[in-house]
Amino acid sequence: MRAGEIKQKGVLKTACRAALPCTVPVMVGYLFLGAAFGILLESKGYGFGWAALMSFLVYAGSMQFVAVSLLVPGVQLIQVAFMTLMVNIRHIFYGISMLEKFQDMGRKKPYMIFSLTDETFSLLCSAQPPEGVDRNWFLFFISLFNQAYWVIGSVAGGLLGATFSFNTQGIDFAMTALFVVIFVNQWREAKSHIPALAGLACSVVCLLFFGPSNFILPSMIGMTVFLIGFRKKLDCKEEEEPIC
Amino acid sequence: MLSAQETFLVIVVIAVVTFLTRLLPFALFPGKSEKPAWVLYLGRVLPYAIVAMLVVYCLKGVSVQAWPFGLPELIAVAAVVALHVWKKNTLLSIGAGTVLYMVLIQFVF
Repeated sequence: MRAGEIKQKGVLKTACRAALPCTVPVMVGYLFLGAAFGILLESKGYGFGWAALMSFLVYAGSMQFVAVSLLVPGVQLIQVAFMTLMVNIRHIFYGISMLEKFQDMGRKKPYMIFSLTDETFSLLCSAQPPEGVDRNWFLFFISLFNQAYWVIGSVAGGLLGATFSFNTQGIDFAMTALFVVIFVNQWREAKSHIPALAGLACSVVCLLFFGPSNFILPSMIGMTVFLIGFRKKLDCKEEEEPIC
Repeated sequence: MLSAQETFLVIVVIAVVTFLTRLLPFALFPGKSEKPAWVLYLGRVLPYAIVAMLVVYCLKGVSVQAWPFGLPELIAVAAVVALHVWKKNTLLSIGAGTVLYMVLIQFVF
């Protein structure tokens, strides 16, 4: 083996080891939620193979739950495409926040973009590699581990659903809890609470105004307009040290 | 149930559209191209606003007008916040919060 290869192997190993503990919160959430998805899909007659395929190709938590309701006779592909667009339009905003972070990802970049789920996004926002660990590989392994949990969870759910039945009602709260925890973490480290409060206020107002199935897009537009309006005040504060 | 072929097509459509929503910003501002300052600014402040939105998104189905008035969610979210402020252990906060919520909606409310 050439010296370069040995060195590369060491870089991968340390990045992998450093990334694993960071992903534990998502692991819990994804194993449970993935299993819930697998069980649900199985209950409609689609076995664990379909769950695995979807978790591998689509890899989008809430959309996969919506997809279960779309897998019915008479469904139109255009309707599927539109529904997917509406549910996932929020991803555009994750990309904007990751433009700088993914800039030097090289060949890893397509996978980083593909795997940018809500949970991975929230981890990547705050994850800091330990001293001496390659940052790009560290972020890559976080994304890779997360998808692995999701695929494993959905296959396990498909298999479990075919064998036993048990009361999983409420298990999806794991995801809510994860976001609440991330919210608390961000709140502690933020120099200004205006962005968090703007997001909270916009979403609550839009939820009341547009209802649960249509509030995401208006609230994202609302918070963007608001944050741009506050740019003079906020930008100078955050400039020296990027917060995400 | 759909045939295997139809199911596969639906999954592919969902996969492609999902990937496009993730790809769009990177396609608009490729590689090391100069990004407008306001885009970079949004990239810095939006995560705070979005995580707040995701919390609301998770709780969107809760009705405060009918029994149990969102009490299980309120109690469980408060427990997660309190536990996390106190112990700062992510796993504990999520695990205990989820179990508490499941007990609340399955047995209490």
